[in-house]
Amino acid sequence: MTKLIVDGREIDVPPEYTLLQACEAAGAEIPRFCFHERLSIAGNCRMCLIEVVGGPPKPQASCAMAVRDLMPNKDGSPKVLLTKSPMVKKAREGVMEFLLINHPLDCPICDQGGECDLQDQAMAYGVDSSRYQENKRAVEDKHIGALVKTIMTRCIHCTRCVRFMTEVAGVPELGAIGRGEDMEITTYLEQAMTSELQGNVVDLCPVGALTSKPYVFSARPWELTKTESIDVMDALGSAIRIDTRGREVMRILPRVNDDVNEEWISDKSRHVVDGLRIQRLDRPYVRDDGRLRPASWPAAFAAVASKLKTARKERIGAIVGDLAAVEEIFALKDLMTRFGVANLDCRQDGAAVDPAWGRGSYLFNATIAGIESSDALLLVGVNPRREAAVLNARIRKRWRSGNYPIGVIGERADLTYQYEYIGQGPETLADVAAGQHAFANVLKGAQRPLVILGAGALARPDGAAIASLAALAAQSLGAVKDGWNGFSVLHSAASRVGALDLGFVPGSGGIGATQMTAAGALDVVFSLGADEVEIAPGAFVVYIGTHGDSGANRADVILPGAAYPEKSATYVNTEGRVQMAARASFPPGEAREDWAILRALSELLGHKLPYDSLTQLRAALFKAHPHMQRIGQIAPAAAADIARLAQLGGTPGKAPFVSPIDDYYMTNPIARASAVMAECSVIAEGSAAQTAAE
Amino acid sequence: MLDDKDRIFRNLYGQGDWGLKGAQARGAWDGTKGFVEKGRDWLINEVKESGQRGRGGAGFATGLKWSFMPKQVGERPHYLVVNADESEPGTCKDREIMRHDPHLLVEGCLYAGAAMAANTGYIYIRGEFVRERERLQAAIDQAYEARLIGKSNVHGWDFDLYLHHGAGAYICGEETALLESLEGKKGQPRLKPPFPANMGLYGCPTTVNNVETIAQVPDILRRGAAWFAGIGRANNTGTKLYCISGHVERPCNVEETMGIPLRELIERHAGGVRGGWDNLLAVIPGGSSMPLVPAGPDQCDSLLMDFDGCREKKSALGTAAVIVMDKTADIIKAMARISYFYKHESCGQCTPCREGMGWMWRVLTRMAEGKAQKREIDALMQVTQQIEGHTICAFGDGAAWPVQGLLRHFRPEIERRIDEYTRHASVETGKHQTVPA
Repeated sequence: MTKLIVDGREIDVPPEYTLLQACEAAGAEIPRFCFHERLSIAGNCRMCLIEVVGGPPKPQASCAMAVRDLMPNKDGSPKVLLTKSPMVKKAREGVMEFLLINHPLDCPICDQGGECDLQDQAMAYGVDSSRYQENKRAVEDKHIGALVKTIMTRCIHCTRCVRFMTEVAGVPELGAIGRGEDMEITTYLEQAMTSELQGNVVDLCPVGALTSKPYVFSARPWELTKTESIDVMDALGSAIRIDTRGREVMRILPRVNDDVNEEWISDKSRHVVDGLRIQRLDRPYVRDDGRLRPASWPAAFAAVASKLKTARKERIGAIVGDLAAVEEIFALKDLMTRFGVANLDCRQDGAAVDPAWGRGSYLFNATIAGIESSDALLLVGVNPRREAAVLNARIRKRWRSGNYPIGVIGERADLTYQYEYIGQGPETLADVAAGQHAFANVLKGAQRPLVILGAGALARPDGAAIASLAALAAQSLGAVKDGWNGFSVLHSAASRVGALDLGFVPGSGGIGATQMTAAGALDVVFSLGADEVEIAPGAFVVYIGTHGDSGANRADVILPGAAYPEKSATYVNTEGRVQMAARASFPPGEAREDWAILRALSELLGHKLPYDSLTQLRAALFKAHPHMQRIGQIAPAAAADIARLAQLGGTPGKAPFVSPIDDYYMTNPIARASAVMAECSVIAEGSAAQTAAE
Repeated sequence: MLDDKDRIFRNLYGQGDWGLKGAQARGAWDGTKGFVEKGRDWLINEVKESGQRGRGGAGFATGLKWSFMPKQVGERPHYLVVNADESEPGTCKDREIMRHDPHLLVEGCLYAGAAMAANTGYIYIRGEFVRERERLQAAIDQAYEARLIGKSNVHGWDFDLYLHHGAGAYICGEETALLESLEGKKGQPRLKPPFPANMGLYGCPTTVNNVETIAQVPDILRRGAAWFAGIGRANNTGTKLYCISGHVERPCNVEETMGIPLRELIERHAGGVRGGWDNLLAVIPGGSSMPLVPAGPDQCDSLLMDFDGCREKKSALGTAAVIVMDKTADIIKAMARISYFYKHESCGQCTPCREGMGWMWRVLTRMAEGKAQKREIDALMQVTQQIEGHTICAFGDGAAWPVQGLLRHFRPEIERRIDEYTRHASVETGKHQTVPA
């Protein structure tokens, strides 16, 4: 620890702190533009200049200088830093003036207005008038994709966006061309950026040079209501903030959660917003003469009730979709159990994950933050870039810090980091598990090897055997030991782990999703937003969901539910972390929250669910599943589960692992309804075709 | 005046053979093995004793700089990098060394490499120096051929020397931008600390020296530190190549002792100021990035051409590129042109330089016409002070100083021109005429 005196306050800071951190630790406020905690240090904005007493006779960039780089005072007394001295004030005012001389005065029409670093800091550290009489610089706007709008005249060249794309996103498509005042940030050939994380550059941009294209000119930050929520576009449960105006969701921004998403979210999480408005089911429908006709709630309920009365319990089933929250899954399971129905499933894709094998068999045991402490990685049947883009950035972050061998079994894809491609299917996995592959020795030599297993390996007929083989591999390679559990399953559905925790899988004698959807298997199927399965003709389908997607198309009765911003709900992410989202807006029209629909339906069906409010439902939920009340935490799974899974055995097939997600932008009904996602999808397809042509 | 026997660059004007034979005839590569064998400490000490200060502009003591390199070679190799990106307007000294005496540079590189335990050296040569690159490469090839350098050479210190051709950006002459460029990146200065001696080329300990600095080393070793230290004044020892350009009778490059009076330098070697000493308006003593020194008894008349002498006149020796302007020169226009150069060459990385250069240039361009307000003179001074000391590298300082020099010494001229413009404008446009009743 080093003693420093910052503005007269004595503090003790670690020597690796930067002066900026040290000053902040002492409670001083340091303005900055280019500095960002999660990016490399550029030191180019010169806004964070402070005075080091006894140092060089000029101000120092506090973001770029470490405490240990300070020349010690000759008499051994602590170094004195000043953040409010005349020298500092003059330096800041000077830099601010330089930033403003070529910055347009278009704040009234700038989307960044109200949340602009330059605006705020100009108020705090600038002078009130301009003495610049020349013409301001004008810069041509660039086309860099469907999500980021550029007004490059506003750019202050902090290079945060360049550093983000290069370092975090791993797709170095942004750069600066030109020199001096002609320097411009661009993709050079005006190509669209191909990163799934590009939306984050809008948050990073301290001015209005990069703004959100879909959100352009649509709202002002001060007229928005901000609600903390959880993202459901993948199974990470990224922390998001939903900004609403009235009952309309205007935009979605990331929140900081170092355990999950740091402060990034993927483009799908951010820009799916327009999908929440389009194709919405806002009233119940009943199929009549082969056509879906609008109906009242009582009529819809009556149609369900009349069908259920005649159906035998063996001929009833329920499938949970990818976006469902724990509350409605709990209510649906409760209702089905009351009917004695055992045909339950939450694995639309037929993934071989089963709570019967123990919780450890289906969690991302290493935790997302744990990726950073791992020292070797094996990816099995998973394309993290498509299945969980933010998690992929975490892997890249670990890879960038060096000494991180990565092996891939599955598809050969651009993951934004280098890896050793070791094979495409179960046979390679078996080799690795048996220690016959060279990469097995790499993993064995590691202290904390990590094995990530994805849907590409699990969602196939021989998934169970592969899961067992992967568990065996994890065990034999030393990924499961005291203090470290590196066996990690990466799900791609937000509802999956919650539903598995609740045991929403076939009961004794019950059949799974694959059989349920087969022709003639069932008479009545409840679909809780299960849009990724095709239910064969014959069964009577009750669809509770939000969008007019394939599920609604197949339904005989549609009960309109609430999308994720429209309900207070609990989600369990792929790590097993329980997270709760607050309600940001309301379901459209006559649509209701899903649990309430089930509760109302249950009364009509003669099996009234014993909770009249969400609070009561949660009380029942917590009683049945105590770990659900530990919000934000992970109830760790037993390492023994992996041993048990490894014992399961089975003979895997030979087919190569293929990621189930072929279009990142089109994975769920909300995304498929979104015009923005459609545009991104087209652009991605185009650039993929171009790459192939090259 | 420098004795002929004390000259280091005896083929400065290319009258002799530039090649290995000619260089050896002039003494190059003599006793090399012995010097290398005396070891790092001796080499560094000898250069320290000589009092040699870097010839690239900043004037940092060479021996001291070398001593900053780690004492032991760890996992990371050490590198010597020679800055041959000579782009400072008015400066053309390294060019002549590379053209006519390249072996002094090659030999110096070997000593410097041995002194800092570097087995590899890079010479980063300016993009426009095409012929110089060819000549220097030929010299390197000759040295390789004769096994003077390279692996297991006759001198016992493995040393590979590579010549890298830049692309002609002025900023790549800044040592850290040079390293970035050498690594294949965009030439933008790095933040310091860490300093190159700690984290330089490819993250390894590196020392960057100027061509002239390195090329002087062989003679310092051969003739002894005391000989070099005996030339010039204390703290400003040795000889120096001066590049005299501008309004003189015979612009030239000349090797002279440090601390030679400016007037003697110009009159003896350059044939004097055009129209006589009294016709002198101002001199920029050290390349375009240094403040000018006006004519006058306390200024140019008593200016001693060394680091401390120039400092006394609030300027600096820089690269010792003496730009002479007589009374026909439009000093404001000249400074505006220099400002344009800096505006054009600013890398754009950090704010004060990127934004300030254009501002200074635009204001100066108007001032050259007189199309400005007098209050802008003070504002311009403040702008230069807002740039100076606030940037990542010294480019900002180097661009601000010439403008400061102008404002310090030629304020009356600027004001006169503004007045003149105003008077002129009112007659020509008739704006101030009273409307007849």
